[in-house]
Amino acid sequence: MTANSPSVFLLMINGQIEGANFPEYDDLYCKYCFVYGHDWAPTSGLEEGISQITSKGRDSPHRLVWNFPLEITFKSTNPLGWPQIVVSVYGPDTFGNDVVRGYGATHIPITPGQHTRTIPMFVPESTSRLQKFTSWLLGRRPEFTDPKVVAQGEGREVTRVSSQGFVTLSFNIVTKDMKRLGYDTTATETTHTHTHPVAAGFGPGNQTLSM
Amino acid sequence: CLLLALSLWSPPSDLPPRPQAKPVPGSSHSESSTMRQRMKDKLKAARSEMGLPTAEEAYNFFTFDFDPEPDEETRKGQKRRTRPEGENEEGEDGGDDDEEKEEEDKEEVTEELFLIDQSADDFLVFKRAEYMGYQRRLQSENELLFTPSFLTVPASSKVPENMKPRYLEEEGLYVGERPPMSLTNQNILENRILKQEQVRWFGDDGRIMALPDPIKESSTRPPLFHIEDDLDPALQTVYRKALVSKHASQYISVGGETNGDYQLDVDVSGLIFSHHPLFSQEHVLGSRLVQLYDQHLSRQHRNLTEHLTTKLNGLRNTIGNMLEVHGGQRLTPVMQQRISEYKQEVRNTRRLRDLEQEKDRTLLKGIVKIWKEIKALRDFQRFTNTPYKLYLRREEVERASDVREYEAEIQAEVDELLDEMEEDYQRKVTEYRRQQEEWKVWRRKQRAKNKKKKKTQSQLDDNEDDEDNDDDDRTDGEAEPGPPKPKPPEEPDMEGVEKQVSEKASRIRRKPGEPILVPELTASGPITPNEQCPRGEFARREDVAKRSIFIKVLYNDKEVSRTDNRSLNSDFRVHFGQIFNLKIVNWPESIKLQVFEVLGLSTTLLADVFVPVPESSILTGSAPSEELVFSSNLRVMFDHEAVGSDVPFSFEVDGSNRQTLLTSGKLSCSVSWAVGEDDVPLAPPTTQPNGLKQLDAIASIGASGLNDMKKLGEWATESRLDPNDPNNADIMQLLKVASSGEVTAPDYFRLEQLQEEFNFVSEEDLEQSRRFRLLRLRNQEVAEFRNYKFVPAMEREVTDKVFEVRSLREIVDTKGHLDAHRALVAKHLHKIRESIINRFLIAKHHFIMSDLVQEEQVPTIGILGLNLFKLAEPKRPLKPQRKERKKVTAQNLSDGDIRLLLNIIRAYDIPVRKPSVNKPAVTSKSTRSFTETLTAGQSQRATQGSDWLLNQVQVRPFVEVSFQRSVLQTTTADGPNPCWNEDLQLPFSAPNGDYSTANLQSMKDEIFINIFDEVQYELGGDRGKEVHTRLEKHWLGSVKIPFSTIYFQSRIDGTFKVDTPPVLLGYSKERSLASDGGYDAVRSLTEGAFITLFITIEPQLVPGETIREKFESQESEGLLLASEVFERDAAVHFPDRPCLTTVININGKTVFITRYLRPLNPPQELLDAFPNSPQEATDLIARYVSLIPSLPDSVSFAGVCDLWSTCDQFLTLLAGDEEEHAVLLCNYFLSMGKKAWLIIGTAIPEGPTTYVLTYEQNRYLIWNPSSGQYYGQYDTFCPLQTVGCLVSADNVWLNTQAYTSPLRIRFDVTKAKLWKPFFSRAFPNPGLSSVQCITLHIILHLPFPKISLTCRIEKILKEKIMEWRPRNPTRWNRYCTSTLRHFLPKLELSRGRDVADEHRLELQSLLGDYRISGFPLHLPFSEVRPIVEAVYSTGVHNVEASNVEFALAVHVHAYPNNVLSVWVYLASLIRMR
Repeated sequence: MTANSPSVFLLMINGQIEGANFPEYDDLYCKYCFVYGHDWAPTSGLEEGISQITSKGRDSPHRLVWNFPLEITFKSTNPLGWPQIVVSVYGPDTFGNDVVRGYGATHIPITPGQHTRTIPMFVPESTSRLQKFTSWLLGRRPEFTDPKVVAQGEGREVTRVSSQGFVTLSFNIVTKDMKRLGYDTTATETTHTHTHPVAAGFGPGNQTLSM
Repeated sequence: CLLLALSLWSPPSDLPPRPQAKPVPGSSHSESSTMRQRMKDKLKAARSEMGLPTAEEAYNFFTFDFDPEPDEETRKGQKRRTRPEGENEEGEDGGDDDEEKEEEDKEEVTEELFLIDQSADDFLVFKRAEYMGYQRRLQSENELLFTPSFLTVPASSKVPENMKPRYLEEEGLYVGERPPMSLTNQNILENRILKQEQVRWFGDDGRIMALPDPIKESSTRPPLFHIEDDLDPALQTVYRKALVSKHASQYISVGGETNGDYQLDVDVSGLIFSHHPLFSQEHVLGSRLVQLYDQHLSRQHRNLTEHLTTKLNGLRNTIGNMLEVHGGQRLTPVMQQRISEYKQEVRNTRRLRDLEQEKDRTLLKGIVKIWKEIKALRDFQRFTNTPYKLYLRREEVERASDVREYEAEIQAEVDELLDEMEEDYQRKVTEYRRQQEEWKVWRRKQRAKNKKKKKTQSQLDDNEDDEDNDDDDRTDGEAEPGPPKPKPPEEPDMEGVEKQVSEKASRIRRKPGEPILVPELTASGPITPNEQCPRGEFARREDVAKRSIFIKVLYNDKEVSRTDNRSLNSDFRVHFGQIFNLKIVNWPESIKLQVFEVLGLSTTLLADVFVPVPESSILTGSAPSEELVFSSNLRVMFDHEAVGSDVPFSFEVDGSNRQTLLTSGKLSCSVSWAVGEDDVPLAPPTTQPNGLKQLDAIASIGASGLNDMKKLGEWATESRLDPNDPNNADIMQLLKVASSGEVTAPDYFRLEQLQEEFNFVSEEDLEQSRRFRLLRLRNQEVAEFRNYKFVPAMEREVTDKVFEVRSLREIVDTKGHLDAHRALVAKHLHKIRESIINRFLIAKHHFIMSDLVQEEQVPTIGILGLNLFKLAEPKRPLKPQRKERKKVTAQNLSDGDIRLLLNIIRAYDIPVRKPSVNKPAVTSKSTRSFTETLTAGQSQRATQGSDWLLNQVQVRPFVEVSFQRSVLQTTTADGPNPCWNEDLQLPFSAPNGDYSTANLQSMKDEIFINIFDEVQYELGGDRGKEVHTRLEKHWLGSVKIPFSTIYFQSRIDGTFKVDTPPVLLGYSKERSLASDGGYDAVRSLTEGAFITLFITIEPQLVPGETIREKFESQESEGLLLASEVFERDAAVHFPDRPCLTTVININGKTVFITRYLRPLNPPQELLDAFPNSPQEATDLIARYVSLIPSLPDSVSFAGVCDLWSTCDQFLTLLAGDEEEHAVLLCNYFLSMGKKAWLIIGTAIPEGPTTYVLTYEQNRYLIWNPSSGQYYGQYDTFCPLQTVGCLVSADNVWLNTQAYTSPLRIRFDVTKAKLWKPFFSRAFPNPGLSSVQCITLHIILHLPFPKISLTCRIEKILKEKIMEWRPRNPTRWNRYCTSTLRHFLPKLELSRGRDVADEHRLELQSLLGDYRISGFPLHLPFSEVRPIVEAVYSTGVHNVEASNVEFALAVHVHAYPNNVLSVWVYLASLIRMR
């Protein structure tokens, strides 16, 4: 693999799961994992992780902050199956059972630079009202068999989900040799901050919103 | 806002005062107040604009010092200075608004108190919300708002001034129907538009412009029905079973899907003769009269004259209007063009009208003339034959107006003609002038030329100078012809025209004032009775009465039915009124009706009438009755009054004016497609086999079968279709296409017209790209590439080798086989596998809820109760129960996570070493028969017992387990009944690292459990202290367990029979001496060694659930339902008993299980082998069946299903699993007259399997079809553990007894308490036919030489053994080999039983010097690989001694139908000296 003719390109991801906005729940923690195609392989870094439990602060009654770092490098030969990060949030319910509070996934940004992503979270719904009640009672909410399900489209038509809240992630993306292999992902403006239109970020200026 | 307000009142005191904001004394109050006001305004504006300021804006607002404008700055400075003075003033006169004042007061207070300048506090204003009274608001709103009135707007205000509304429709332009809209809304809208003064929204007619109503009257889409809605019962769908079509392609059901349920209704209502040989002269005239009258009626009905006249008038009016409208103005060329077109039209119409009028007139005249003739004839012959009577009704007209109309018409025509002539004349004149001009020019040229010529000529002869130019001209004209001199056109003859017109009018039109004559024909006149007629006429009438008519209906030239005979009446009309329903299967090609006349016994064919095959849209009930004309040229003559046919006759007395008439008539009938019960037309689809493609456009106008585009085009231009009418859109489109040169409209529809634009690379390049191919293969989940990682980024890095794997797979299979037939079979099997796998892959992508979401089941009462019960359980019970381990879904596993756990507990009856004594043992050379087998053990024990006491040499067995080429072994134990009780852990890795269920299921790996004897030899220990020992291991037997079995059953626990070779050189069967009671006695019933094992996988894997796909079936719906209910009941009540009623055949269709059983003849050769001993024959057949190689379905059809092939398929494929073996064995047994059943049950190690049960000699025998072994019902070592159900050829019984073990149940299926039958009295067997062929096709002769196969196997094995011993030389003892080779056929003959002793003796005598250890292996033959594997697993090649020699012999025995049994004799020899 000489420098002139690379056979793989690298995608380095630094970032963090900054926090979440779950209006109804408290004491949540999250797990993350990556879903990627056949042509991808992590070369270094952690592929999955589980965060600390965080509670809502007194001054920020709607914000859960994890600031959980992500650091991973992928190598790949093919942009097909671009990595996605799957985040699932868990927390105790009223009876103290650990239940899932949300699943969400997003593609790793493809352009180098800093990015912020806010991903909406959802959980599968019970099939019937009775089941909803019993699952609430027993603390066994319906869960996806595999959190990675949310990163794929196949078979989702059989599920019903309800929205829960938002998780905000920030990424710093570095790529190597993408252009050499013929993939030009750099946009005209290299630094591009993306915020999900629905959710509010956690910038200092947003406090006025609480009025 | 509340928050902000609160914070205002608690200003932070610790903030340092900002110098900039300090109040500066000397600033004027007024200015400061304006400044403040401005700020306030700004704040207000900001607030009102966006609700709330953003953080940034707020910050800017507070920190920004407003200095960009210098004026502002100075003013500010002033303001600051003047401020303190103004404060009091402000307080006093501070405006009228109290609130503001108060606010400002506060501000000042804070300012003074805290010395803080303007903060947010300064700019807030608190005041009440403003209130405006209702009336006031209404008033103000009235100024702003506009309420459109709903009164109709006068048309005048909608069109531009000084314009009249113009109605396009009246001008003959197409105006579509407007969509319906309520008048009120329309008025409101119009008023609103008027208010906005956007008059352009109104059309010329003063109405709002609107597109035509886009809604079609009939829906183009089939109506959708919802299940929850109540369906009209007529629309209810009825399930009909799909039937296999028996018809070939020439039949209507081309696809084989819709069976021809088509019906043609042929309605033969009757026929009328327009001429018949038996017509009298009067009849001839009568029929002629009738014809004319019919013509008259039909003309009157169509009333073309009237129609054309009105059209003519309309056209004339239009022209008049146009001329009038544009009266004085010059006509635009377009208008002129139009007018001339109209004129042309007028001319044509007039001509047509004249023609029609003339016809009317002649017709009327003709009718009257014929009627006169009839009357004359009746008078002449003095009798009446026909009942016709003609009345002429007069309709008087008003003479004056009639004359006026007449004159006006003539005048109009004359005017027009004159106009035309004038126009014509003018045109001619202009033409003439033009020509004359041309001629003059030409002439001038000529002159000039001539002059030149003359000059030259004059030099020659001056005298002739004065000659006439004319002459010159003439000669020149002759020489080079120029345009002829035009003649001036003639003046039109104006007077003649009027004359002509009035002449014509008098010819073709009714004279003015003449009454209108309306003829009326009735058939009510009296006919002279027979008696009063002359003899000739009488004879004719007699003749008529004798005759009768019937009609044959021929469909595709085959007679399908005929009408009744109907006698001919005097009026020669025959009424049938019969409808024939033809149920048709073939395509209708022709429908023919034959008219026959019967006279006495003879019938004559009068005529053939061909009826066109109706369109599929013509249905009974709506089909019109057609009148088809027929005629025949048969010559018939009579000697009576009748005129005959093809015979000249005359009405005149003198015989002049002769006529010849042929038999002819009209047949009225209708052919149409029938309508089924539920209003479904029973017509075949329109696609006709002759390839007549109907274009949509033509069909849409109802003129089907029109194929001539040109004619169509002509017709379209002639008929002047309105191109704007959407009804004509189709045909206009068609014409456009036709005129553009393409005769056929494209009959395809392109969805992605622009696809080509976006193809960035051509199709071929894409095909050639290896990388793309790789990606595509992976995406298609082709087995080799399903988990292919890292497709290279560059095309050049993809090597062709990658694809070789795939192509290899297809080739290798055939290469690996030694015989062609098996290669073919393998190929076929591969194909089936492929297709099944594909189906499975598709099915795998259908998810259900439980695949994606884990959800707790709603607890039932039972589960709740059980949970409550559990609470009361002791925490640490004295007798703990085995808990189920947690199951692991296989998807998140990787290599090394899974282990295979084996617990080898103990073994029984391991063969013991035979002391190498030279004296021949007293062997029991009893050839045991079928029954003796059971008692044979004892005799042997007696003889061996004494040996054991004397010789301490025993056996030191250990177990070696190999799986996926990793080998582990236990410690060595002592004695023939060793106890190891050892745990072995074997690593497990899935192929390709793919731990998906599908992949694990398809693993073909097997676990080999081999028992070896560890032999210690002392080497050279004769003289020194050093004693060298060498360890050798001798193979004693093995157990093979496929991985799939463990995977599916999650654990295997039990005692297995060790597969020991029939002969073990150097070993003998040792019986445990200590016969401890009954247990041993029972066990000794069977011979062979046994091993107790426990195998499981850690962690436990969830076996993939077999997909319960609903397979299509040809069984009846009721049967399928019943079987489903039966199986479900069984699963509910006896969950551990396998129950099978329907199975899936090799085509993937569900078949009822009993169809597989049917007596089938075993190969005669096997029956003949033991003609006297049926037991032996039975044994041999079981062996024969077991020799067919076994191939588990679960391996080949991973997780899909269990496929059952029929016996002939099984014998052709020569591969199948237990079911196929069992079915074949059972069928053979049935044909041998045994009572045989299939047992559906579970066994170890196979898991769910199928065995065969037979009843003979008052006991039940259980046969293992894949090994050929049989067990008594009470045999403890019978591998069958559970009996689920029994299957015979006509019923299925479910085991409903308390126990499932064959030891504890009764096999008497007649006991209803013990066995629940599937077919009972309530649901009897519908007589299911068998799917098996009656006779099996048996190939007696081998398609290849047996010897060559033997040699090849031997060669391969020898090479392999040498290959396995890379470090040591491998010597072959040829002498021993040849000896062994002689033993093998004997072994085959005795089927491996009991030749050991002779054998050994023989060998020992021959090879006394050698220590031999060896054994024969016996295998069914499918391919070489299993043989090689088996040889490898024995480990014979591992003997490391330097002086070792080997012997290997192979024998292949062929059974009928290409079933082969392979014997491999392996031995290692070590020289003793």
